Amino acid sequence: MEFGVIEFRIDTHSGVAPYRQIVQQVRQALRLGLLEEGDQLPTVKEVVAQVAINPNTVLKAYRELEHEGLAAGRPGLGTFVTRSLADGSLGAHKALAAELGRWLQKARRAGLDDDSIAALFERTFRASMNEDVA
Amino acid sequence: MSTNTNAIETERLSKRYGRRTALDDCTVAIPTGHVVGLVGANGAGKSTLLQLAVGLLEPTDGTITVLGGRPGAGPAQLARVGFLAQDAPVYGNLTVGDHLQLGERLNPGWDRALARRRIERFGLDPRQRAGRLSGGQRSQLALTIAIGKRPELLLLDEPVASLDPLARREFLADLMQLAAEHQPTVVLSSHLLSDVERVCDHVVVLAGGRVRVAGDVDDLLASHKVLTGARTVSTALPPGQTAISASHTDRQTTLLIRTAGPVHDPRWQVSDVGLEELVLAYMSADVPARSLAAVGP
Repeated sequence: MEFGVIEFRIDTHSGVAPYRQIVQQVRQALRLGLLEEGDQLPTVKEVVAQVAINPNTVLKAYRELEHEGLAAGRPGLGTFVTRSLADGSLGAHKALAAELGRWLQKARRAGLDDDSIAALFERTFRASMNEDVA
Repeated sequence: MSTNTNAIETERLSKRYGRRTALDDCTVAIPTGHVVGLVGANGAGKSTLLQLAVGLLEPTDGTITVLGGRPGAGPAQLARVGFLAQDAPVYGNLTVGDHLQLGERLNPGWDRALARRRIERFGLDPRQRAGRLSGGQRSQLALTIAIGKRPELLLLDEPVASLDPLARREFLADLMQLAAEHQPTVVLSSHLLSDVERVCDHVVVLAGGRVRVAGDVDDLLASHKVLTGARTVSTALPPGQTAISASHTDRQTTLLIRTAGPVHDPRWQVSDVGLEELVLAYMSADVPARSLAAVGP
């Protein structure tokens, strides 16, 4: 049996419901181009064997993905990706990642630790979102 | 019998051992088709409820119905319910193979292929004496015997409490595969809330022999919020909202509430609640239990 293309991780201390974590991880993989249209998601049996969670949780996550139009179930076969979220922006990822890497080096040289970098990013991100709205 | 019969239904169920009350006036309905977590501190009544459900104990008062029948009422009822007692008891002097043979002789509906497959998968040697197995292997053997008769309802009393983290994870992963393949209703007691959060989609919280809250996990999480505000805020809540627990510092008040709709009071900062926080609030809440047991979505 061929195994699904992505592996899920469930963090029970995150405060995010397990089914939401699966939905978020699929969306993330779609955005990064790790999952593409036509890819099969791991079967319910594969997921529960791997991460020891309730089968209904996986079903609920897949139903939500179907509801969002990102996946579709094919009876007897499994659940398949029907739409990508990567679009045309994927081509720009490499250059942006390199630029971000250089920025991170600069921040560390300036003496920021990981928490400070995350806090600064978060604040700037929010401020720029507010500018876009205004 | 209708297909939507509850797995376990109790009505004013009580169990007393002499002067000690283990279960007190419990009314609860546990639906089929779920993996249900029975949670509570030691001595809350979890084992007593499970032993009543399997027919090892008789109620002192009230009634308990399991899959529409009386617990332990006869061979047909016994065949429908699998039970794994605490600490996964096995016969130390018998071999793994002896256990499988016992299971086959004692259970008309025994699934030999399923039992064999499980023993092979866990690398258990049929000639090995059960007393020499590791804790994890012993649990797997005991679960194999309980599941080999293909029960509709599987009752597990603290199945992972004595296992190390790796064996615990393997046991739960295997149990969830079973749940996905054969879809029995599973009721497992545990005081390990992180495990319950992973594997259960329905919970029953017991404290002091009473049912404090019961329901679908996602419904419960959606209908409870944590409110944080300045200490001076009055803790009076509008209709439709009930405080489950409250804590105060000199400057701040924190409430865990059950609410039918969104909270609009601007004096409160509203946040979502995790299952662990919710269960702990109900376990320690000093509230009349009967009024809380009926929480719906």
